[in-house]
Amino acid sequence: MLDSLQPLVFGMLALIIFISAAFITFSRNLIYSAFALLGSFTGVAGLFAMLGADFLAVVQLLVYIGGIMVLYLFAVLMTSGIGDVRLTNRSIAVKIALPLALVLFFSLGKLIFETEWFAQQTVKIAPTTAAIGDLLLTKYLLPFELVSVLLLSTLIGSVALARQELRNSKENHD
Amino acid sequence: MEGLQHYTPLLMIFGLGIVFAGLFLLLAYAFGPKNPTASKLDVYECGVPSMGSARERFSVKFFLVAMLFLLFDVEVVFLFPWAVLLKTFKEAGMGAAVFWPMFVFLAMLGLGLLYEWRRGGLDWD
Amino acid sequence: MENFAIHIHESYLYGLPLSVVNLIVMFGAAFVVLLGFVAPFAGLLSFIERRIAARIQCRIGPNRVGPQGLLQFLADGVKSLFKEDLIPKVADKPLFIIAPYLVFLGMFTSFVVLPFSSQWIVADLNVGILYLFATAAITVVGLVMAGWGSGSKWSMLGGMRSAAQIISYEIPTGLAALTAILLAGSLSLQEIIAAQGPHPWQWYFFDNPFTFIAFFILFVALVAEGNRAPFDLPEAETELVSGYNTEYSGMRFLFFFFAEWAHLYVLGAILTTLFLGGWQVPESLLASVGAESIAARILELVFFQLKIYVLVFLVVQLRWTVPRVRMDQMMDMCWKYLVPIGFFCVAGVAIWMMLFPDGVSFVKYLLIAFSSAMVLYYFYKVYRNFKDSRAELELNPFV
Repeated sequence: MLDSLQPLVFGMLALIIFISAAFITFSRNLIYSAFALLGSFTGVAGLFAMLGADFLAVVQLLVYIGGIMVLYLFAVLMTSGIGDVRLTNRSIAVKIALPLALVLFFSLGKLIFETEWFAQQTVKIAPTTAAIGDLLLTKYLLPFELVSVLLLSTLIGSVALARQELRNSKENHD
Repeated sequence: MEGLQHYTPLLMIFGLGIVFAGLFLLLAYAFGPKNPTASKLDVYECGVPSMGSARERFSVKFFLVAMLFLLFDVEVVFLFPWAVLLKTFKEAGMGAAVFWPMFVFLAMLGLGLLYEWRRGGLDWD
Repeated sequence: MENFAIHIHESYLYGLPLSVVNLIVMFGAAFVVLLGFVAPFAGLLSFIERRIAARIQCRIGPNRVGPQGLLQFLADGVKSLFKEDLIPKVADKPLFIIAPYLVFLGMFTSFVVLPFSSQWIVADLNVGILYLFATAAITVVGLVMAGWGSGSKWSMLGGMRSAAQIISYEIPTGLAALTAILLAGSLSLQEIIAAQGPHPWQWYFFDNPFTFIAFFILFVALVAEGNRAPFDLPEAETELVSGYNTEYSGMRFLFFFFAEWAHLYVLGAILTTLFLGGWQVPESLLASVGAESIAARILELVFFQLKIYVLVFLVVQLRWTVPRVRMDQMMDMCWKYLVPIGFFCVAGVAIWMMLFPDGVSFVKYLLIAFSSAMVLYYFYKVYRNFKDSRAELELNPFV
C-alpha cells in the first residue's frame, strides 16, 4: 500500500533529512546540532528501508544513532563552557568554506543532470542479510578480513589515546 | 513480500506514538493546575539553593565507553550476516567455507579485547 | 491483514481507492495494538511489580482500586493527568519537552515486531531482532536529552550514566542473541520461533551448553539495559535522587515509567522468542482445538504470555532482593565478563554446529535435568524464606 504513497513517503523523509541537516549546520548551539543528527540519521534509515535494504536500515539506526550519535554527544559534553550557548559553534573560516561548498554543489549538480537515470518499477523486499553475508564471505573476503584488522588497530589506537587523556584529567584533578 | 507495505505498520506506529503521546500531554495541559512559584521552578536540590550550573565538563571516561561500544558494535554487526548464513551453508556441506573466515574475524576481535583489557582500557577508574 | 483490507474494501468502502482503505485498516490495527496491548501491559506490569515488591517487604501493596487493586494503574494514569506540568527555569525547554517523547517512542515502537502468535504480529520484519535492539538506541538519545535538558546535576549524571550503561550492555545483548540466530539461520522473530519446537528439548535454551550460558548473558544484559535494579544506577535514589527523571512531573514523568515497564515486557518477549520457543504449543493440544481456529491462536498467545510473565516475575523478584552494584562493578561486569563470555558462546555454538549438526540429545536432557534441579532449589529457598520471615501472611496471594 505504501507503493502508491511512495513519492509522499520519500518527500517526507527527504524533508526530515533536509531540515535536520540545515539545523545541524546553522544552529549556534552545539548540543542542538548534535541532537538534530537524530533526524537525519533516522531519515537515511528510512530511505534505506524504502530501497529494500532492510539490514542496512537497521544497522544505520543501530550504529549511527546508538553509537556515533552518542559518541558525538559525549564529545560535546566534554567541551568546556558548553553550558554557555553563545560561546559555541561560531561559523569560522567562511572564506574558505564557501568556495569549497559552491564547487561541491556545482559538481554534484552537474553529476545529477548528466547521469542517465532509470526508473525502478517496484522494490522487491527480500531478506538482504544473507546476501550481504554471502558476498562478504566470498567475493569480498579480503576486504572483510582487512576490516577486522582495521578495527583492531582502531581499538589499539583508541585505548592509547584515551589512557593518556584519562591520566591528564586525573592530574588536573589532583 | 513485495513492495513496501511491509513497513506500513512501522510508519503507522511511529505516527500513532507521536499522536498518542501528544494527546495525553494535551490532556494533562488542559486538566493540570498551573500555578508555578519560584521554588517550584527551581531544580531539585536537597534543601539548599542549587549552586552553579549542571552543564559542566564531563568525564572523559564516558567518551571512552562510547568509543569502545562503537568499535564492538561494528564488529557485532559484521557477525550478523555470517550468523544467518552458517546454517544453510552447513546443510549444503560447505560449512567450512563460512566457518574459517569468521573464525579469523572472531580471533581478531578476541585479540583486540584482550589487548584492551591488559592495557586497562576496560577499567572504569 | 491484506485480505482483511480487501474484504472491507469490497463489502463496505468500495467507493474509496484500495490504498486508502488499506491505510485505514492499518491505522486501525496499529491503534488496537496501541490501546489493546501496550498500555495495559505496561500498566498491569506496574501493578504486578508493586504487589510483589510489597509482599517481599512485608507490606500488602495496592489492593483498593478494582479487584485486588488491579485497576490501580488506571487511577494512577488519570491522577497524573491532573498534576501540574513543571518545567524548571534553567531547563533547556525544547530538549526537556522532546526527551520523554523519544523515550516513549523508542519503547513503544518495539512492540510492532513482537510475535504474539503464529499469525498475530504487526510487522514480521526480516531483521526483526536487530530492529528491537535499534529501538533501544533511540531510548538512549532520549535519556541523554532528558539529562541535559533538565539542567539539574542529578538529571545530568543520571542521563550520562544510563547512556553509558545501555550502550555498554548492548554488546553482550547482541552477542547472546547471535547464538540463537546461528541456530535458526534467520533474523526474523517468527522464523526463529518456527525453528524451535513446543517441547523444552526443542528450545534453544537447552540446545547446547553455550546457548544455555547465552540465555543468562542475555537476561542480565537486558535487565541492565532496562536500568533496573540491581543495575539501576541512573536512578539510584540514595545517590541521584531520581536520576534523569528528577525534574519531570505529571504526564511526562509517567512516560519514563511507561517506558520502563514496557521494557520489562519486551525483555520477556525477546528471551521467550530467542530461547524459550515463543508461542509454540504442543501439536496434540493445538489439534484438539483445531489448528486453524481462532482458539488455537489464543492458545498460542497464552503460552507466549505465560513464559513472559514467568521471566517478568523473576526480574521483579531480582529487583527487590539484590542490592545495587557500584558503577565500576557494573562496567567491569559488562566488559570483563559478559562480553568475553559472549564471544566464547558465539564461537562455541558455531563449533558445536560444525561438530554436531543434529544436536546431542544426551546434553539436552542433562541441561534440562540441571535446570529442573535449579528451579526446584529456587522454590525450596523461596518457601523457606516465606516460612522464616512472616507466618502471618503465609503464601496466600489475596489479601
